[in-house]
Amino acid sequence: MSPPLLGVGEEEDQSNVTLLASPASNDSLCRNSSELKERNYMGLSDCSSVDSSGVSMVSDVNKSSLNLKATELRLGLPGCQSPERDPERRVLSSAQLDEKPLFPLHPLNDGQYPSSQKTVGSGSKRGFSDAMDGFTKEKYLAKSEVAPMLSPRPSSNLGLKTGSVLENLGTQPDNAKEVAPSKTVQERPRAANEPRPNHNGSANGNSSAPATKAQVVGWPPIRSFRKNSLASTSKNNDEVEGKAVPGALFVKVSMDGAPYLRKVDLKNYSKYQELSSALEKMFSCFTIGQYGSHGTLGREMLSESKLKDLLHGSEYVLTYEDKDGDWMLVGDVPWEMFIETCKRMRIMKSSDAIGLAPRAVEKCRNRN
Amino acid sequence: MMNYFPDEVLEHVFDFVTSHRDRNAVSLVCKLWYRVERFSRQRVFIGNCYAISPERLIDRFPGVKALTLKGKPHFADFNLVPQDWGGYVQPWIEALARSRIGLEELRLKRMVVSDESLDVLSRSFTNFKSLVLVSCEGFTTDGLEAIAANCRFLRELDLQENEIEEKKNLWLGCFPDSCTSLVSLNFACLKEINLVALERLVARNPNLKSLKLNRAVPLEALQRILMRAPQLVDLGTGSFVLDRDSDDSETYRKLRGTILKCRSIRNLSGFLEVAPRCLPAIYPICLNLTYLNLSYAAGIHGSELIKLIRLCGKLQRLWILDYIGDKGLEIVASTCKDLQELRVFPSDPFGAGHAAVTETGLVAISSGCPKLNSLLYFCQQMTNAALIAVAKNCPNFIRFRLCILDPTKPDPVTMQPLDEGFGAIVQSSKRLRRLSLSGLLTDRVFLYIGMYAEQLEMLSIAFAGESDKGMLYVLNGCKKLRKLEIRDSPFGDMALLRDVGKYETMRSLWMSSCDVTLGGCKTLAKQMPRLNVEIINENDQMEFAHEDSQKVEKMYLYRTLVGPRKDAPEFVWTLV
Repeated sequence: MSPPLLGVGEEEDQSNVTLLASPASNDSLCRNSSELKERNYMGLSDCSSVDSSGVSMVSDVNKSSLNLKATELRLGLPGCQSPERDPERRVLSSAQLDEKPLFPLHPLNDGQYPSSQKTVGSGSKRGFSDAMDGFTKEKYLAKSEVAPMLSPRPSSNLGLKTGSVLENLGTQPDNAKEVAPSKTVQERPRAANEPRPNHNGSANGNSSAPATKAQVVGWPPIRSFRKNSLASTSKNNDEVEGKAVPGALFVKVSMDGAPYLRKVDLKNYSKYQELSSALEKMFSCFTIGQYGSHGTLGREMLSESKLKDLLHGSEYVLTYEDKDGDWMLVGDVPWEMFIETCKRMRIMKSSDAIGLAPRAVEKCRNRN
Repeated sequence: MMNYFPDEVLEHVFDFVTSHRDRNAVSLVCKLWYRVERFSRQRVFIGNCYAISPERLIDRFPGVKALTLKGKPHFADFNLVPQDWGGYVQPWIEALARSRIGLEELRLKRMVVSDESLDVLSRSFTNFKSLVLVSCEGFTTDGLEAIAANCRFLRELDLQENEIEEKKNLWLGCFPDSCTSLVSLNFACLKEINLVALERLVARNPNLKSLKLNRAVPLEALQRILMRAPQLVDLGTGSFVLDRDSDDSETYRKLRGTILKCRSIRNLSGFLEVAPRCLPAIYPICLNLTYLNLSYAAGIHGSELIKLIRLCGKLQRLWILDYIGDKGLEIVASTCKDLQELRVFPSDPFGAGHAAVTETGLVAISSGCPKLNSLLYFCQQMTNAALIAVAKNCPNFIRFRLCILDPTKPDPVTMQPLDEGFGAIVQSSKRLRRLSLSGLLTDRVFLYIGMYAEQLEMLSIAFAGESDKGMLYVLNGCKKLRKLEIRDSPFGDMALLRDVGKYETMRSLWMSSCDVTLGGCKTLAKQMPRLNVEIINENDQMEFAHEDSQKVEKMYLYRTLVGPRKDAPEFVWTLV
């Protein structure tokens, strides 16, 4: 093959250079940033209201993680955080370029390096692969406090095959390497807990499998039917062998008054609080947080009055239809039971849901 | 000369022209041929249900008996298209019913089917024979009850990977006793089934050739069913497990004996649940198999899997999980010399999975199976050297889909992009029609594709390319391109708008998380009134995102003769 090698290569080199020095690139970066429709690679391109919560959380993030924010792709309102991105981004890229040991196993000359690495300047997406490439190497991880792609967004586990990004970050390249995953996992929880207090710890605790997940929406391209099927199949087969269960468990979530349904992957959560937060972000105009903790009370049963109390507090409640076709309040049975029996969920007005309370308590009683 | 023949003769000649494309070509020759062709056309394929209206279909082809409709864009399979986007079959069925079309066969893919649609379908077409639903949703077992009860001459009910809400477990019992015409029945995607009704149904349908069970059918029932239907050609097992407590040897012995009599089975699938120690029961039929689908059989791996494969010397199509590993693929390569199609699915898409396959397995397959023409391969990694070897060994690819689980992974040996490897594939397989890329890729791979992939009809791009040039190479070079779907790649307005006429030669274009802007899409829509340019915007950003410079999250455009669709939901904005 001898198509115009030079043409392609030249452009790559140029764009790499502009990243560091040229004023034109600064402008383009600025322009890109200001109009940036930040996208979250790790999954939540269709998550809307995540933005607002994401922004506020990012401002709490410490400086070290912000360094890497520059390369990450996030959902966000245009213009949010953009001023911070430029210096970070440039700092990061120059740091990257200086770090020859980024690919410690294979000697690289300068000419090759840019070609194997996408440039940041050509769009926010390049940041993803920058981050990904960086992640294949433990050294890079060791140097960074927080991994890129530790987006604030991933807390909104939209269940579209995204687990907590904190679990996932850039470890899929590590699949090929046995050593890396364990190290990554060790670093991840530490890093994860710094920027975001809520449910990240649990998300990490959730991963019983040694390797963490790599979850981008719609990737790998497998039909959800197949994914769900594999999940239940391996669950049945592995029940005997006691292995961890991979796969996904998608259920539909509808909300009264919302124009469209969503699907969430229940496997992404390990307790009600996480699910609640995720749905809260997905359908931003309600609060269901209060009762989330009930599910973790284990065998303790909900009293009728308790349920009524919490219903009283919020405008909407989260309900689900179980295997028997009954509509129940989410949170009244232990999480494991919920996962196994939930067919779909519905966010309904609390006024409609009052009648569910007594039945839910009775079900719990019956099941236990 | 042909003009001197009466219409009947023309029609008779056209009867031998069966492919859609050939018939389409026939209809373009002259007005006479157009007229004769349209009245004699019985099978119609509509690749995009929004490209045309049911009324126009009926108007042009009043004799249509078999209809295929496709709805949602392909990326809907991967959750990239929100629920309620569209693709409803209801208006089609209503229109066909109203016009008293003699519909006999309906095949739907990625469409929304309601119970009401199924009910109307079942009652409106007396000769209805075949219903095939692939990746559809929106209906329940109530709809299946209607089909079973009302379609008196039903031959085929094939439910492939649909999302069906299961209410009561009665539908199978709704087939009347007079139903004896079934040839094909597939309910593998359901979770429950009425076993008694099933066995009775099989017993009274001696023409049954294809039967795919679900996991609710235990081994004992399978044995009884096979006793009644030794003529099966196509079998999908359900649960292939013997209870440890039950009388294993007796059941197992009976099963083995029964399977020995099933000499016609050529296609085998299922094993949704499987106890490997039961597998030897099927060994006798392995040597006749031409199609083996173990892609849902998570319980078969290691030596059990290998033993099975070694017996399948005549396989032409193999679908398998990556448990098989590179070593297992070497065995496939040495055993299955007639292999034409291979699909290797990931057993654990999100985990580390050391049970995965790499470039080694693929190279082995290519050198052992030179007839290979269709590939779907999920793997940990791929090298240029391997792809080049594969290209040399197998120059006959029609479909080549490679999915490296890490979407931007370079060649792990050279750390180079995989441009050269894919370039070799498109250069050597001159008949390539479908291609999916993955791994680290620059604009160069698109240059190669534009240069060499002359027959390419469908291209899937994800996380690839560096600039608009990439997309332009493809649009300029691939003259036969029909479907282009791109996600997370840096292609923007410049590429989108360079040759707007191109899109009318294609069925559709999908671009998500790319660099095209609202302004670019608006410009395109203005220039091309016969395209529907849909912006799918699920974010609240819709409200303040009317700036033309705003990047568009998801754009789906398709050619159409009927303008913007009227059933678009709120979050879909069709630009005009």
